[in-house]
Amino acid sequence: MYSKREAVGSVTLAGDPLFGGGVDGAVVLIVLLKTGVAFAALMVSVLFMVWFERKVVSDMQNRIGPNRAGPWGTLQTLADGIKLFFKEDLLPEQADRRIFRLAPYLSIVPAFLAFAVVPLGGVITIAGRETRLQLADPPVGILFLLAMSSVAVYGVMLAGWSSGSKYPLLGSVRASAQMVSYEAALGLSMAAVVLVTGSLLTSDIVSEQSRSIVDWNLFRLGFLPFGIFLVAATAELNRPPFDLVEAEQELVGGFHTEYSSLRFALFFLAEFMSTVTMSAVMVTLFLGGPSGPGPDRGFPGAFLPVFWFLAKLMIFLFIYVWLRATLPRLRYDQLMDLGWKRLIPLSLFWLLVLAAMILDRRYGFAVFGAGILLGLLLLRAVQVGQSATDDAAGAAPAVREAG
Amino acid sequence: MVAQNLIFGVIAVAMGIAAIRVVTTQNIVHAALYLVVVLAGVAAVYILLAAEFTAVVQILVYVGAILVLFLFGIMLTRAPIGRTSDLDNDQRWLALAVSLLLLGVLAGVLADAFDDTKLPADAAVQRSGEVGTSIFQVYVVPFEVISVLLLAALVGAVVIARRD
Repeated sequence: MYSKREAVGSVTLAGDPLFGGGVDGAVVLIVLLKTGVAFAALMVSVLFMVWFERKVVSDMQNRIGPNRAGPWGTLQTLADGIKLFFKEDLLPEQADRRIFRLAPYLSIVPAFLAFAVVPLGGVITIAGRETRLQLADPPVGILFLLAMSSVAVYGVMLAGWSSGSKYPLLGSVRASAQMVSYEAALGLSMAAVVLVTGSLLTSDIVSEQSRSIVDWNLFRLGFLPFGIFLVAATAELNRPPFDLVEAEQELVGGFHTEYSSLRFALFFLAEFMSTVTMSAVMVTLFLGGPSGPGPDRGFPGAFLPVFWFLAKLMIFLFIYVWLRATLPRLRYDQLMDLGWKRLIPLSLFWLLVLAAMILDRRYGFAVFGAGILLGLLLLRAVQVGQSATDDAAGAAPAVREAG
Repeated sequence: MVAQNLIFGVIAVAMGIAAIRVVTTQNIVHAALYLVVVLAGVAAVYILLAAEFTAVVQILVYVGAILVLFLFGIMLTRAPIGRTSDLDNDQRWLALAVSLLLLGVLAGVLADAFDDTKLPADAAVQRSGEVGTSIFQVYVVPFEVISVLLLAALVGAVVIARRD
C-alpha cells in the first residue's frame, strides 16, 4: 500500500543521502531542524544586511551612520524592528481588508522559498544521519526559482491595489511593470546556465562548477549572462539604480504608502530577504556556490564550503550597497528601454551562441558573427525608421522631446 | 495511497469552491485571485501525480505570468476599488450549458483515451529531460501548430490594440 509513495518519494528527493533509507521520525525532525535553521539564518542575514547597508553607505558619503545601539550600531536594526512593532497599525477605510492583510506575506514567502533550493555547503552529519546543507533539492530547481521570482510580483501588486487609494495603485503598477519586464532577461540568462550544465538541479549546477575556478559559470559562459543576470536581478529586486518603485524624490512612497507598523516591517523584511536570496542564487548559478577557488582538496564538509559561500555572498551584498551609493536612478523610459531593447535581445543572442558552441566551436563562431552582423543591420534599420518618422513629424520635434 | 486520495479531495474541494467564486464574486480583482487559487490547485494535483515539471511550469506560466498580466491589465485600465455592479449579465444559463458541454467533451476524450489504464504503481517522477525530448521529437508537429496559433493571437492582439 505504501510502495507507491515510497517509490515516488525516493525519486523526488534523490541526491540527498538523508532520504536514502526511507522516511522515519528522525528524518522528519532533521528536515524541520534544517527549515528552522535556514529561516533563522535568512533572518539574521537580513538584520546584518540592513546594518551593513546603512554603515557602508554612510562611509561612502562621509557620514558616521548608526552608532548608538550596540557596538558600531549593530543592534540598530533590531531597535528599529521593535519600534515598528509597537507602532499603531493603520488600516485605511477604503482598503480591501483581507487582501491588504495578505499582501505582505505574499512578498515574504516567495523570498524564503527561493532560498530553500540554494545549496549552502557540503554534506554534514546530524545524529548519525548524513545530509546536505540544502533545504530542498527539487528536480526542477531552477524553474522553481523562476516561478518564485514571478510569484513575488503579487505582493507588490496587491498591496498597491488593496490600499484603496490611487497613489499606491500607481506605485504598484509601476513596480509590477518593472518586475514583469525584467523577468524575461532573468530567465534567459538562467537558461544559459541550464544549457551548459544540462540539469535543472541546483546541486548539479554547483557540483559542475566545483572542479576548479575556471569551471565557474562566470567564466565558462563568458561573463555576459552573469552581467545580464546581475542587472536584471537588481531591477527585479527594485534596488537602486532601479528603485523607481519607491523613488523618494518623486513618489510619496510607492506601493506601500498606506502600510505602517508591523506590515510595513514585513515589506521591508521581504525586500532585504529577496536581496539576500538573489545574491545567494547568483553565487549558486555563476560563482560555484560553496566550492572554493582552488581544486577541491577534500576538506571536511562542514566549515570551509559554508565559509566560501558566505564570502561570495558578501561580495554581492557589498556590490548592491555600492551600486546604491554610486549610481543615479534611471528614468522610467530608460528602464524599459534597457530591459526590452537591450537585455532581452542580448541574452537571446548569447544563448544562441552558447547553444551553437556546445554543438561545435565553428558553429559557435559562425552564429556569433552572423548575430553581430544582423544586430548591426537591425540597428541601422531602426535608425533609418526613426529618422523617417522624425522627418514626417517635421515641424514639431520639440513636442516629441517633451513627450 | 490513502494520503494522496485525501489530499486530492482537499485540493479538489478548494478548487471547486474557488471556481464557483470566480464567477459569483462582485469584485473583478477578487475573481482573478480566485482564479489564481484554481490554477495553483491544478499545479498541486500535478505534484500529486509526480509530474513536478508540469506543476512548476503551471505556476510559472499561469500564476506567474498570465494572471499577473490579467491583474496588470485590470489595474492599468479600470482598477475598480470595491464592488463593481456591472460584472453580471443575463447569459448565465447559456454559460452553464456551454461549460457543461465542454466538461462532457473533455471527460469523453479523456475516458476514451485512457479507458481503464491505471498509472503504474511505481510511477517515477518524470524527468524534465524526457518531457523536453518528447515535446521536441515525438510531438513536434502539434507543438509547432500550437506555436503558430499563439503567434496568430499575438498578431491579433497587436492589430486590435493599435488602430492607428
